[in-house]
Amino acid sequence: MKAPDQEKAPDIVLRAEGITKIYGGTVALDNVDFNVYRGKVNVLIGENGAGKSTLMKIIAGAETATRGHLLLEGQPVQFKSPREAARAGIGIIYQELNLFPNLSVAENIFLDHEALHRYGMLVDRRRQQTEARRLLQRLEQPIDPQALVGHLRLGQQQIVEIAKALARDVRILIMDEPTSALTTAEVEILFRVIRELKAQGVSIIYISHKLEELLRIGDYVTVLRDSHRIAEAPVSTIDVNWIVEQMIGRSVSETYVHQERTPGQELLRVEHLSLPRPGGGLLLDDVSFQVRAGEIVALYGLLGAGRTELLECLMGLHPEASGSLWIAGQRLRGRHVGERIAEGLVLVPEDRQREGLVPTLSVAQNMVLASLRRYLSGPALSRQKELAAVRRLMGDLGIKAPSPQTLIEALSGGNQQKVVVARGLLTEPRLLLLDEPTRGIDIGAKADLFRLMNRLASEGLGILFVSSELREVMSVADRILVLARGRLTGEFRREEASEEALVAAASAGQGPATGDEEAAHGPVPSGAADPVDRQAQATAPAASALEERRHQPRPRA
Amino acid sequence: MRNPSSVTSREPAARRSFALQRRQIQTILFQLRAFVALIILVVIFSILSPDFLTLNDLTIVAEHVSINALLAIGQSFVILTAGIDLSVGSIVGLTAMVAGYLISQGLPLPMFGVVVYFNVWVVILISLLVGIILGLVNGLVITRLSVAPFIATLGMLYAARGLALLTSNGATFPDLGGDPSLGNTGFPFLGTGNILGVPMPIWLMILFGLVASFVASRTPFGRQVYAIGGNERAAQLSGIRVNRVKLLVYVISGFCAAMTGLVIASQLQAAQPATGESYELNAIAAVVLGGTSLFGGRGTILGSIIGAFVIGVLSDGLVLIGVSEFWQMVIKGAVIVLAVIIDQLQQRWQKRAALA
Ligand SMILES: Nc1ncnc2c1ncn2[C@@H]1O[C@H](COP(=O)(O)OP(=O)(O)OP(=O)(O)O)[C@@H](O)[C@H]1O
Ligand SMILES: [Mg+2]
Repeated sequence: MKAPDQEKAPDIVLRAEGITKIYGGTVALDNVDFNVYRGKVNVLIGENGAGKSTLMKIIAGAETATRGHLLLEGQPVQFKSPREAARAGIGIIYQELNLFPNLSVAENIFLDHEALHRYGMLVDRRRQQTEARRLLQRLEQPIDPQALVGHLRLGQQQIVEIAKALARDVRILIMDEPTSALTTAEVEILFRVIRELKAQGVSIIYISHKLEELLRIGDYVTVLRDSHRIAEAPVSTIDVNWIVEQMIGRSVSETYVHQERTPGQELLRVEHLSLPRPGGGLLLDDVSFQVRAGEIVALYGLLGAGRTELLECLMGLHPEASGSLWIAGQRLRGRHVGERIAEGLVLVPEDRQREGLVPTLSVAQNMVLASLRRYLSGPALSRQKELAAVRRLMGDLGIKAPSPQTLIEALSGGNQQKVVVARGLLTEPRLLLLDEPTRGIDIGAKADLFRLMNRLASEGLGILFVSSELREVMSVADRILVLARGRLTGEFRREEASEEALVAAASAGQGPATGDEEAAHGPVPSGAADPVDRQAQATAPAASALEERRHQPRPRA
Repeated sequence: MRNPSSVTSREPAARRSFALQRRQIQTILFQLRAFVALIILVVIFSILSPDFLTLNDLTIVAEHVSINALLAIGQSFVILTAGIDLSVGSIVGLTAMVAGYLISQGLPLPMFGVVVYFNVWVVILISLLVGIILGLVNGLVITRLSVAPFIATLGMLYAARGLALLTSNGATFPDLGGDPSLGNTGFPFLGTGNILGVPMPIWLMILFGLVASFVASRTPFGRQVYAIGGNERAAQLSGIRVNRVKLLVYVISGFCAAMTGLVIASQLQAAQPATGESYELNAIAAVVLGGTSLFGGRGTILGSIIGAFVIGVLSDGLVLIGVSEFWQMVIKGAVIVLAVIIDQLQQRWQKRAALA
């Protein structure tokens, strides 16, 4: 061991040395060294379950290492709580969002460091709100600071989480998959903010499974594999292949090869589907399309375009929706999710924490939850049948878990996601609805999932999947539907799709008012009167990928 | 590329299995903590009072326990869904009164100018039906009208007690032995009879316990109950009919309460409108002592039954060694809070050390 005060390199602000973390019988980190360079974006990458989040939790004081220590500015430090780490200037955006749905956006942002009145103990709400508004403006998101976080969509919540981290003065900011629920436009904004932070001397630790993103924003890359640190390198000296090779231990063709199929009969028909927005206006506006058996259809659009709502309508979650739905020529009549599952539809939801996982159940129990009837023998659930199904899917999807009986919470984020996908597959659907299925899963697993989708499609399954990643959409789908502000604004066959065309279609309908802007939930959102904000939108069409219409500043005619 | 065993592959096998063993033992000890507490109590009381461990006394304790255990079994299902049923004590009272009324007064049918006396089996069925209906009302108010379980069942607590008082204008129905000439004898057997030397209430507790454990741990319904308690939205999106399961859970609780009411009326051979007052608190305490989380999703039926034993042994033991009634309440309260504190510590400890 080196003497702690003997600083190794002047530009290292934080160094983790020999970190080992053991959870029960699982070694999450094994003697890992990690350097955080000052004023740089330090990328950490590795497969699902490699130990990235665990290392971050240790640095942020949310977990304590079994062995090893941290050197901050060359001085050994030990954080017993996230509070202590925060006091030392370390902020973190957790992978699993850490917000209180029952509090407002502003209250969440200032939680634990509330703005107080000058003398009193009272919270200065007005100041918090102006501050929150300013932060959200910096992120170019006109989210109302008074809105309840529980009412926001996942992507917006992620923005709030980012704003929360920015609200504190930090010298080291950890971002654990900050962009997993963001679309390209919001990612651009985040990158701009990251560059600003760097210019202010803030050191960033950045985790993501989106490799192109890493190469664009990163300065240094550290690779973890199976709880070990495998390599560290400046980004300028490496490429995607290098990363993949280090991550997985051998070279893998990351590129997914599209398989030609001849789609079969019409499977799903949607006619004139409309969904009213609570408070007036429409979340979905006269949407019609079909999906054929053996066809993979992508649903592309910006945050708040209504993609998630569309899938929810198909699952019968919005009885107030109008229009007609057909599956294989039969009218869909299921009045609740269970009946829709019986009719052959199943949804893998976007927000795995809130809508996917049951934290009190095991991996196996989570996986079989939607298909319990299949494992009956007599009146009882047969453990063998359950386990057989679970084992098969764990193999198919490469789910990394100590055992099927492990509590789901002990799995890494990506593996949790795979469990939710597995649950959907176990219902043996005819039409699979996937809402951002690749959120937080590593490239190997992504390729696995795409291969699986391909296989299922060749077996005659129809797949409708929502994705915000252009590349993913264009390489996997046979056909791409684009949704903008609740309307179908484009339909492309695979051959004719281009990034520009998709982006243009996705930001269509951002033009002149259509009359339902008044359907506001709250007061006029922040930034509506801010010329800078407008300009940002006008210059970058993608950046106007702004949330739902209720938050939209009325564009100039 | 993804080998599930590779996660742990770097730890020496011996150390791993040792860690596993120690963790398992700790976990098992924690899960059995109610049981451990029970044994400690029994030991303490048998030292303090030599009479305590005689078979006769134990049967008496078990009989007392069975009443609380029946209620706790129903309550467990409710609490596993993250709900609560405050009305069970009042349902106990009302069903006891219904049974008492039907046996001693019969059912007057004015339009025919006759009074119908039912056979005991029918009386029991009608009383159970009353419990089921009240549970159904609880469930409907909670699921259809979105009233919080605490409020809905609090309302039922008052309403059912009021109805119990109304059946007799506050009076007691004595002598539920029935009348051979009316063909409605035999009711006392339910509470005082025995089969193979074991009192009926104990048989009932065993029967209800076995069935409930099976339902909770082995059937789809049970799994759905746990899932709803763990994450209602996820359960809904998995196709579980959340409202129907919740409704059933309150029906089960009402049914168990009705059974309890019958057993008590039968033991006393009389029905008083105040029967079962504040029993809901004992039932909830038993469930919590047995390790079920009030936030739902975690816990077992067996745990609740053991919890009921802890409370029963504690009450009877304290009486036996002559602790004043007032101190009994203080001690009972302290034990319940202590149990929940231990539960919280366990969770924190589990989160830290051994989720795997
Ligand atoms: N609380 C816990 N209890 C037990 N094991 C845990 C716990 N948290 C994480 N683990 C285990 O530690 C390992 C590393 O998990 P971690 O969350 O750090 O992975 P990750 O690299 O962030 O993966 P992902 O890309 O999927 O988010 C996994 O095998 C996981 O199962
Ligand atoms: Mg992670």
